[in-house]
Amino acid sequence: MPAEAMPESDREVAIRIRDLEVGFGEKTIMKGLDLDVYRGEILGFVGASGTGKSVLTRAILGLVPKRRGTIEVFGENLDELTPSSRKAIERRWGVLFQHGALFSSLTVKQNVQVPMREYLDLSERLLDELAMLKIEMVGLQPDAAEKRPADLSGGMIKRAALARALALDPEIVFLDEPTSGLDPIGAGEFDDLIATLQKTLGLTVFMVTHDLDSLYSVCDRVAALGDGKIIAAGPIETLLASQHPWLRAYFHGKRARAVAGGV
Amino acid sequence: MTTEPNASTEQAGDEIRAALAGRWVAAAAPEVEAQAGALLAAAEGARRVIIDLSHIERLDTLGAWVLDRTRHELGAKGLKADFVGARAEHRILLDEVAYRGFAEAPVVRHSRLVDFLVDIGKAVVGTGRDIAQGTSFLGEVVAGLVRVALRPSRFRLPALVHQLEQVAFRGVPIITLISFLVGCIVAQQGIFQLQRFGAQPFVVDLVGILVLRELAVLLTSIMVAGRSGSAFTAEIGSMKMREEIDALRVMGLDPVEVLIIPRVLALIVGLPILTFLSSMAALFGGGLVAWIYGGISPEIFLARLQGAIAMSTFLVGLIKAPFMALVIGLIASLEGLAVQGSAESLGRQVTSSVVKSIFMVILVDGLFAMFFAAINY
Repeated sequence: MPAEAMPESDREVAIRIRDLEVGFGEKTIMKGLDLDVYRGEILGFVGASGTGKSVLTRAILGLVPKRRGTIEVFGENLDELTPSSRKAIERRWGVLFQHGALFSSLTVKQNVQVPMREYLDLSERLLDELAMLKIEMVGLQPDAAEKRPADLSGGMIKRAALARALALDPEIVFLDEPTSGLDPIGAGEFDDLIATLQKTLGLTVFMVTHDLDSLYSVCDRVAALGDGKIIAAGPIETLLASQHPWLRAYFHGKRARAVAGGV
Repeated sequence: MTTEPNASTEQAGDEIRAALAGRWVAAAAPEVEAQAGALLAAAEGARRVIIDLSHIERLDTLGAWVLDRTRHELGAKGLKADFVGARAEHRILLDEVAYRGFAEAPVVRHSRLVDFLVDIGKAVVGTGRDIAQGTSFLGEVVAGLVRVALRPSRFRLPALVHQLEQVAFRGVPIITLISFLVGCIVAQQGIFQLQRFGAQPFVVDLVGILVLRELAVLLTSIMVAGRSGSAFTAEIGSMKMREEIDALRVMGLDPVEVLIIPRVLALIVGLPILTFLSSMAALFGGGLVAWIYGGISPEIFLARLQGAIAMSTFLVGLIKAPFMALVIGLIASLEGLAVQGSAESLGRQVTSSVVKSIFMVILVDGLFAMFFAAINY
């Protein structure tokens, strides 16, 4: 871990990754990766394309097998869980996939209701009201509720997928490039929404992003992935001060300077 | 740790003070609703309700929603309801979810008779549209074939070879196997039934004519519709879903030329070959059963077969095969292109592709039977 003077050791850890190794066939994507995500923070996760940001997310979620290492969520090692306690953990996280992954044969409202029906004992009235509430909370118009994913624009799909990810009021949400494909105003609203939810629900947010605006405006900490390891993690100032060539290029490039200048 | 949501009310004159405690969260949804309902009932007759939130352990969007809804419903009854003692984060959550009515989706009522008639009408219109589209698509494919024939450099030979492998080569084992079995069964039944008239040797005529004229081409076409027709629809349909067809179009490539012509041509070339193999396998099966079960030796079987069938018998089956291939290829491609955005739609079109192809194959076979009878072939 980066040697920081912050008293972060006493903060509660939501996700703890130690010595993680993931690879496919001959290829090793990450090796010896350590990362902590603290409870209640918004962690921005950056890295060049193809370095395995999505792979790491999928490894935490258990969608990609790991070769070595441990992943603890809420203090429980995911490898040592019984199926029922694993289910209990899965109830406590919500995932926004990069391309939404909405069920294409269901309407937006039904999509949001899928996890609710599965896990909660709700009256039909509450089920409808809550689904509509989540749909409005993520900034969709009520008439979008009856539409199918094929009839939605890219930005609307992102929002609908977020509504589904939030359906169970999860404690951790994984967002895979939530603002990509949104217009700047929509992306800004999305960031505000995530910040509000984090404040009100005490959400822990693990956000893979390339959006420098998001990094500056909502992320409490930023972690950067490179060469299969975390090359730096901490508040954005720490990363700005880093001498790592990729980080320098990332945060001090032409586009980054424009954003930083505006903040 | 996990305390049930709880609302205890206390009356003072026409004012009610409700102290809420416990976890007002989604996991305890039935209790949350019950407690809110109880609070609503308890407030009957009062004029002012003060809802004290200071002892709530945990509040999530569901809890906040139900609370704010209750407050709203009290207000609608003419009571003045207020939250007090809310923690800062609960306050933000209550503001965030703020109760509002959602427009109910209009419930459209139909009578069953009207629905039934509408379904019939839709089916008729749909069939008409299918025929029109099929014809227009046939035109497109023929036009594409002509374009390719005029400029052979645009012909995609590797695609054709690949499709031929998928359609014909990989289909050989299963198609010859089922044809062999059907040949055996026909021969066995023929011998069994003809024995009673002492007409056992006629089983050779039966097997020979039946297999060559009808069975081989029908079996093969039905198998190919199930194997390759469904695959074509699924391939083209998922490409349509992921905008790959649109991508081809904007690159100036004609999807008919790139995707459909190689597939249809592969079927037109492959199906007669498969039909030939299928007839050979069925004749072999029939011969085997005739030998083992009916005591007709292979020499006699072959000699009788020569007498029973003419070249025309063999050709009738083979002539039909390319037409069957065209029908299957057109229907499969058309259904694939009709796929909309959802996975459900893909499933529907694949089913419909297979059902329609098999139906059309049998229909076309019937038309051919009438045609050949009319021209005495």
